[in-house]
Amino acid sequence: MLALKLAYKNILGAGLRTLLNVSVLSLAFVLIVFYNAMIDGWNRQGKIDTQEWEIGEGQFWHPDYNKFDIYSYREANQEIDANVQQLIDQNEVLPVLIQQATIYPQGRMQSIVLRGIPADQQLLKLPTKGLNMQEGICPAIIGKRMAKSTKLKTNDKVLLRWRDINGTYDAIELRIDTIFKCDVADVDNGQIYIDYHVMQKLMGMKNCATLLVSSNSELKDLDGWNYRSTDVLLKDLNDLTNSEKISGMVIQSILLMIALLAIFDTQVLSIFRRKREIGTYIALGLTRKQVVGIFTVEGGFHSILAAIVGAIYGIPLFIWINQTGLSIGEADMGITVAEVIYPFYSLQLILISIVLVVLSSTIVSYIPAHKIVKMKPTDALKGK
Amino acid sequence: MNNVVIDLKRLTKHFPVGNGKFTALSDINLSFSKGEFAGLVGPSGSGKTTLLNIIGSLDVPSEGSANVLGKSIAGLSQKQAAQLRNYHIGFIFQTYNLLPVYTVYENVEFALLLQNMTEGERRKAVMQALEWVGLTDKEKSKPSMLSGGECQRVAIARSMVKQPDIVLADEPTANLDSKNSHHILQTMQRLNEELGVTFIFSTHDEKVMQYLKRKISLADGRVVNDETVELIANR
Repeated sequence: MLALKLAYKNILGAGLRTLLNVSVLSLAFVLIVFYNAMIDGWNRQGKIDTQEWEIGEGQFWHPDYNKFDIYSYREANQEIDANVQQLIDQNEVLPVLIQQATIYPQGRMQSIVLRGIPADQQLLKLPTKGLNMQEGICPAIIGKRMAKSTKLKTNDKVLLRWRDINGTYDAIELRIDTIFKCDVADVDNGQIYIDYHVMQKLMGMKNCATLLVSSNSELKDLDGWNYRSTDVLLKDLNDLTNSEKISGMVIQSILLMIALLAIFDTQVLSIFRRKREIGTYIALGLTRKQVVGIFTVEGGFHSILAAIVGAIYGIPLFIWINQTGLSIGEADMGITVAEVIYPFYSLQLILISIVLVVLSSTIVSYIPAHKIVKMKPTDALKGK
Repeated sequence: MNNVVIDLKRLTKHFPVGNGKFTALSDINLSFSKGEFAGLVGPSGSGKTTLLNIIGSLDVPSEGSANVLGKSIAGLSQKQAAQLRNYHIGFIFQTYNLLPVYTVYENVEFALLLQNMTEGERRKAVMQALEWVGLTDKEKSKPSMLSGGECQRVAIARSMVKQPDIVLADEPTANLDSKNSHHILQTMQRLNEELGVTFIFSTHDEKVMQYLKRKISLADGRVVNDETVELIANR
């Protein structure tokens, strides 16, 4: 308590030096919180979007299905049994049929992944209502990335060619009904969606599905299907955001190091300039350890003040950014990232940041303060 | 001797200088009784401050013994020495050594913060100490707002607030003009008489010597003369 009181007095008495240290440290503090909140916000939005657009509360895969191997798609489907059909009827799972196909936009040939999804589904955000067959033309929906890469627009027609269950090639003209905007790249890039029942007919795969999207997080076991939890399905996104966090740590560490260097420098200078004061403390009855404690707490106090100052200008800034979001443009990086990111400030993030800043500034304050232990009080009193 | 508070026997202090050593004090044999108003006088380098530092447990003798209030200075741990200074010894320095960021009140109070006193008890003691030195109206001032004389009076209040057994004053008037010197010396003399606190000065200021009841002359680290006020007066 005494050390805290003294540190508070001394730190206020130091004036401009304190202002400088606290400013740099608070900037480091605010940037650490902000950067991590941006990554957390991105991750959070990415998870929500991926769940809403692609994976629901988990998926059941055909045992041979490998998302990253298009050659596995041909065999990776199976007939839906009565048990699964009941779950489909109860909207517990959504069947999706996946096959490889080819389209010929403007006479070019492009390999795509064809997905059959029930037009009346409501589990995923995909705008599938327009997928019902109309006047012999098969409607399809694609994402904006796919539209950009194929130069297809709404109501454009494009030839679709596929190989059915018997190995026979067939073709049909698709009409682009809707071009949807989705932040999940996997839902969009190279994908064309048609009606699930239409696709069954085209492929000759009656009542078959490649995977089932679940709407029930409790449902984890279906005979003949491999369960993939949201954790497993979101692993790539988590890994990506974690790697971003790590690369961000380098910048944060540099900034924090600059701030800590300023505190270290101030403490070294303080101990040099305030030798007589140190001697006086000892003459008044403080032990050397107590004096070291005063100087260490004083350094650590910078971080407390920095947290307060950071909160004063950081909180309104964070609230404003949280309301407006931070636009990162429409750059297509092939990853799940929203055009506007809303940072997410968790209590855990703020507490970890405070502990990190307070602890590191206390440690750098202790290092020079520790030299006081070796100081002779008689020399200190003379200011030597 | 009755009521001996400081007992120095064959006290010697060396300081390392290069490969050799410098002897600051040599074979000092002195004792001080409770309530003395004594001074160590002599030119610069005679060992006055070194002797005060040893008595104040800020330093230890190289040889011989220094017993203060029955405790051997050489045998004290850092914590014990700090406790001795905190409860029993007050210091007054030539340069006042007030803490610049604190008010007069807080500077005086500082000496009591390590003692388990309530805030009310501390306030009472601080105000009494400020009254002794006539600075009750300056309790909220910072040292930078005070004159040299006032700063030294604050230092006296700080040394006296815990009602120590011994006050060690190292050249207390060196930075003061004649009027302020007399003022603070009269203050210390009054406190010595009223409270029975032992005052030991280190000085070569003639003004201080007028007030001393015992004058111990040092030269080259040795006691060359030790006389009481009666002996001085009889000359």
